[in-house]
Amino acid sequence: MAKKHNNVLPGFNLSLGFTIFYLSLIVLIPLSAAFIKTSTLSLHEFWVAVASPRVVASYKLTFGASLIGASINAIFGLLTAWVLTRYTFTGKRIIDALVDLPFALPTAVAGIALTAIYAPNGWIGSLLAPHGIKVAFTPIGVVIALTFIGLPFVVRTVQPILEDLEAETEEAAASLGANRWQTFTKIIFPAIAPALLTGFSLAFARAIGEYGSVIFIAGNMPMVSEITPLIIITKLEQYDYAGATAVAVVMLLISFVLLLAINGLQWWNSSRNTRAI
Amino acid sequence: MSEESTTQFSKYSAKVAKSRATSEPTWIRWTLITTALLFLSLFLFMPLAAVFTEALRKGFDTYISALADADALSAMKLTFIAALIAVPLNLVFGVAAAWAIAKFEFRGKSILITLIDLPFAVSPVIAGLIYVLIFGLQGWFGGWLSDHDFKVIFAIPGIVLATIFVTFPFVARELIPLMQAQGKDEEEAALVLGASGWQILWRVTLPNIKWGLLYGVILTNARAMGEFGAVSVVSGHIRGMTNTMPLHVEILYNEYNYAAAFAVASVLALLALVTLVLKSIVEWHAARSARAIEQN
Repeated sequence: MAKKHNNVLPGFNLSLGFTIFYLSLIVLIPLSAAFIKTSTLSLHEFWVAVASPRVVASYKLTFGASLIGASINAIFGLLTAWVLTRYTFTGKRIIDALVDLPFALPTAVAGIALTAIYAPNGWIGSLLAPHGIKVAFTPIGVVIALTFIGLPFVVRTVQPILEDLEAETEEAAASLGANRWQTFTKIIFPAIAPALLTGFSLAFARAIGEYGSVIFIAGNMPMVSEITPLIIITKLEQYDYAGATAVAVVMLLISFVLLLAINGLQWWNSSRNTRAI
Repeated sequence: MSEESTTQFSKYSAKVAKSRATSEPTWIRWTLITTALLFLSLFLFMPLAAVFTEALRKGFDTYISALADADALSAMKLTFIAALIAVPLNLVFGVAAAWAIAKFEFRGKSILITLIDLPFAVSPVIAGLIYVLIFGLQGWFGGWLSDHDFKVIFAIPGIVLATIFVTFPFVARELIPLMQAQGKDEEEAALVLGASGWQILWRVTLPNIKWGLLYGVILTNARAMGEFGAVSVVSGHIRGMTNTMPLHVEILYNEYNYAAAFAVASVLALLALVTLVLKSIVEWHAARSARAIEQN
């Protein structure tokens, strides 16, 4: 793997050696345990574990709610990034710093706080309850939690691109007779679209694996509001290690594909930007 | 980020904002600002406010006694222990990985970078599960461990391992792009002047990357103290023994002891706010030192 190219700096073997050792010990060997454990199952047992109706219902909820949450974040994250880079208003700096709150706030805290707000007797839940709208303990609650934890991704990927956009391009568009909406859709949006897509996929990937913030607000009813990570926990608690691992392997494979897609996107994004400059 | 070349940029953005050709009418501007703020209030400010309101609902005395409870204190202690072990280990790893990746060329580098990112793509629940498969009673080393009367799962070592896993990439991810951007000219100059490898690391590289390093440490620490899913799988939830603060919040909440649950949660929320403040300060310093380098 290692090959030096007339580099005089010391420490290559030590630093790369330690990196690979630590990576193997903490990440690679433990992750391979999941695949090895699953390979002890017969194909039929595997299928029963990962495709039973209750598990399939949990995939639908996890992916559906993650997709909706990431979409909400794409729209409002873009809006937030736009407002934070383009306009001035009081308290902007504090709001800018607070956008990262979902990264810093423990997920369990977020979970019970959101539940308190959206429960039928909470600040917002009590406003919705008379209209027959239930948020907490339903799939809508899952969407709310997944929107919260994915919120910073889109803002933080789009914001630097918006900041770096040159005003001259927009002035040129305006002087050529484009109105603001045309300038946005034809000049600004194409420039930020790759970053928006990256932010969307990061929020989506994060939402799929999320556990802590969801379980409090979801109500965790089988077939209705039970997410896939909770299925893994439930199987573990019933000492069904092989079954839990089989479901975990399905999730891992999906996450790996997403990770590759995101890395590809970021590479495409950066090569596009360097070409533009 | 916005601090970079502040004077020029603010002049510029003021000009952009005033110019009618490249900005929006006032009513659109305020509609957008209001919509964004409404969204953020709904999803950010309200949950934060709810934590503190609920924590103090039963009065200040209940709040204090919930925090002074023996189980709460032992949960705080365990949370700090886990962070105290995980953060330095991942810090050393981050520096080593960034040194190898940023200063040298080798085959398989992009694969290595992707593998370092892997823990971000793995659900926390699965992060806990894989250690159960290895160290649990039914696991690879389960028999050997129980023969030697050493517990990893449902004990502190498992909690530390799970914490290391979920915070694994933070420092490396901050340092790799930073050290790649800085290049290796200064290190090579030091080498020519007769510095040893460790001297270069301590006197040239580390001072150059200190803000990025600190930033990574802050993120690692915040996640380490707040991790819930991974730790929940390996902890066993033994009160006063293997309970971290987030797990203690869950136990209290499930016992319908909401005031106490939110009291412990408010400590974690305060930690999160401190994290955001420190992060902003570090970002400001990092932008300032980046500017200083540009001007030289």
